[in-house]
Amino acid sequence: MSAINKILRPITDLWSLVVGLQITGRNFRRTQVTVHYPRQVIDPEVNASFRGPIKLVENPRAPGKPKCTACMICVSACPSSCITIIKAPAPVITPEEEQAFQDAEARGEEVERPSAPREPILWINDFSLCSLCALCIESCPTKCIEFSHDLYTVRTSRADFNHDLLAPFPNALRPETPAAAAAKEI
Amino acid sequence: MYSIINSIPTELIHIVIGLVAIMAFVGIHVLVLVYAERKGAGHIQRRPGPFEVGPHGILQPLADAGKLIGKQLLRPDHADPILYWMAPVLAVFPVLLLFVPMPFGPVVTVQEVNLGLLLILAFSGISVLSTLLAGWASNNKFGLLGAARAVSQSVAYEIPLLLTVLCIAFQYGSLNLSTIVEAQGSWPWQWNIVCQPLAFLIFLACAFAETNRAPFDLPEAESELTAGFHTEYSGMGFGMFFMAEYANMVVVSGVCTALFLGGWKGPGIDGVWWFMIKVYALLGLFIWVRWTYPRVRFDQLLNINWKWLLPLATLNLLGTIFFMKIF
Repeated sequence: MSAINKILRPITDLWSLVVGLQITGRNFRRTQVTVHYPRQVIDPEVNASFRGPIKLVENPRAPGKPKCTACMICVSACPSSCITIIKAPAPVITPEEEQAFQDAEARGEEVERPSAPREPILWINDFSLCSLCALCIESCPTKCIEFSHDLYTVRTSRADFNHDLLAPFPNALRPETPAAAAAKEI
Repeated sequence: MYSIINSIPTELIHIVIGLVAIMAFVGIHVLVLVYAERKGAGHIQRRPGPFEVGPHGILQPLADAGKLIGKQLLRPDHADPILYWMAPVLAVFPVLLLFVPMPFGPVVTVQEVNLGLLLILAFSGISVLSTLLAGWASNNKFGLLGAARAVSQSVAYEIPLLLTVLCIAFQYGSLNLSTIVEAQGSWPWQWNIVCQPLAFLIFLACAFAETNRAPFDLPEAESELTAGFHTEYSGMGFGMFFMAEYANMVVVSGVCTALFLGGWKGPGIDGVWWFMIKVYALLGLFIWVRWTYPRVRFDQLLNINWKWLLPLATLNLLGTIFFMKIF
């Protein structure tokens, strides 16, 4: 019996060849999934599952500002060292203000000296180095980093890959250029 | 002047015109087949295939040909220069000869040859030699492995191929392809595929193996041997092997059409168009099969041949002889 089976089995197995041809034949007739990119783009809903370059989350209590506290944990977590953050500097205390604080302390009052705002003034992600490993997202204590759904990240120059993540936030602190500082004094 | 032309034998003029026509035919069909192959592969994998060069990528084969012709021809340091350059030439030219006895239509045959079938089988054997030379002469281990595989595969599969062809030859007592086509009727049930279905299937399997097409493309298995016997060839060196492969496909489909599918005969008006329709159906099958099945292992390849195809073909031949003797 087994000897007959041994001969019959390969013959019946030949049917699998027909099944294979059926499958590829069916796929031949189905619509294509390729998108001819520059002329067509994919549906935005498909985009929603795409994990593109990182972006910052807006602070719900201060609209127009990122939630980021410039704690620098993401900078040390990043294995590719592609994140650059500059913390906002502490406000400069003039000699008169310093004198006023010292006088108040001498009177035994509780003095609260102005401290540096817990915000970044520069947040650069070098996307040419980023490997989208999500370690910054996992390590962020305030959950202020997330993946964007930006699909179209191709650029022609290396400098274009230095994504400024503070750009979408109008109220974010920015490094003061000498010109802006001079304008403020006047 | 007139006497010089008169002194040339008409047979010679006939053959020269035929050969030129064959070269044009092969050239055009290689371009069409390359396009069809890539489009077929694309559509089976639900992508468009070549699309950017010309409308729907129709000029892509021309661009490919231009690229191949423009590339530098390189020879590895310790390769045998004569054998190395002989191999691609030897791959293409016998294939052109294979079209000579091909019965395209009732009158469209380059040269009626009494032993046409034998001529085709004999000269298709040279393609094995070119593969062997290419692999041997290029002084490359992948090339040599590919060549060794090609030889053992082609030698093995030639036997059942011959046996199935013999079945048809015994049936009609002729090795002339035109006679065999004449003997078949116009309707599909009068074709040889009906009385010799097993021979047809064996012939088809052997045809895949003889033309080194997937799933039997072991001599040039990309994932195992980089490119097998043509690893070291660049530019048109590779291009000629490529041309030979596609031309071989056309030959095998043509022979299969003539032997089993009634050649240029068909319902309605007989003619070249029926031959071409059937050849293209078979070529479509070739492409479809290539993008469906995975490559077989080498021991499986030889097992299929020696344990299945050869005994079956022998039994089929004996059965045919038996029936021819009785009836």
